[in-house]
Amino acid sequence: MTLNRKVGVWAGLRYKGKLGMANWIMHRITGLGIVLFVGIHVLVGFLGQQFADDTAFAINAIYESWGFQLFVYFSVLFHAFNGSRLALMDIFPGLIRFQREMIWLQWLIFIPVYGLPSFIMLQNTLTGA
Amino acid sequence: MRSSPSVRTRGAFEYGMWWFTRLSGLALILFGAVSMGAAFVLGGRTQLDMPAVFRWIFFPNPNHVINSDIPDIEQGWSSAFWQVYSMVMIFLAAGHGFNGLRMVIEDYITRPLLVKILRVTLLVLWLGGMVVAVFVILAS
Repeated sequence: MTLNRKVGVWAGLRYKGKLGMANWIMHRITGLGIVLFVGIHVLVGFLGQQFADDTAFAINAIYESWGFQLFVYFSVLFHAFNGSRLALMDIFPGLIRFQREMIWLQWLIFIPVYGLPSFIMLQNTLTGA
Repeated sequence: MRSSPSVRTRGAFEYGMWWFTRLSGLALILFGAVSMGAAFVLGGRTQLDMPAVFRWIFFPNPNHVINSDIPDIEQGWSSAFWQVYSMVMIFLAAGHGFNGLRMVIEDYITRPLLVKILRVTLLVLWLGGMVVAVFVILAS
């Protein structure tokens, strides 16, 4: 019995995995985003440090902009929180019964930990403090 | 759940990477917390804006925070301790990230030859990235 992987995008989206599936796909997307970001960032850091490359500084300027920082912070924090939940559930398998509650708890903690620094950053940026 | 049986690797390796992913993930959170605390202790308490805090958390390296207003940035952070700390961090992060990339590739790509080519590409990228990162750490 092999797994049929020829599933279309719409069929995939209609699959009712609910919160667990949403978190899984977000974990994947944010993970890919972080690998892409950090990979380019390390390379750009090297080029900027060693050759004072103009393109490298231009890319770093994008990375330092507040919009991009909000995006990176979301990706990293979500990946960290979801990853901790997964690791906890793998180390203590008894918790798997409470996956739905753990996802609620995860988002309950995520919202202030993401929202407060983001609010401060936006406030400082927009008011020029 | 393996998608491409013809390129299946040994079980012990996969099991090891499974543990590595969990443990390195937890370790990276701990490393991030320690470098954030150290940034505040070493003089950044009132000198950092939010993006600078993020940069300290992810990679405690003078080159990384060159345009924040911390006094004596070279003295506090160019020590062997923080260089080794950064190297351990980048080793865990790169292993975690590239292994994740490998997982995603093996989930969605089924042609064995393509998977093998991509695996070798990832290995080269990982090694190259590690060399570049260590160079940046030692040069700053």
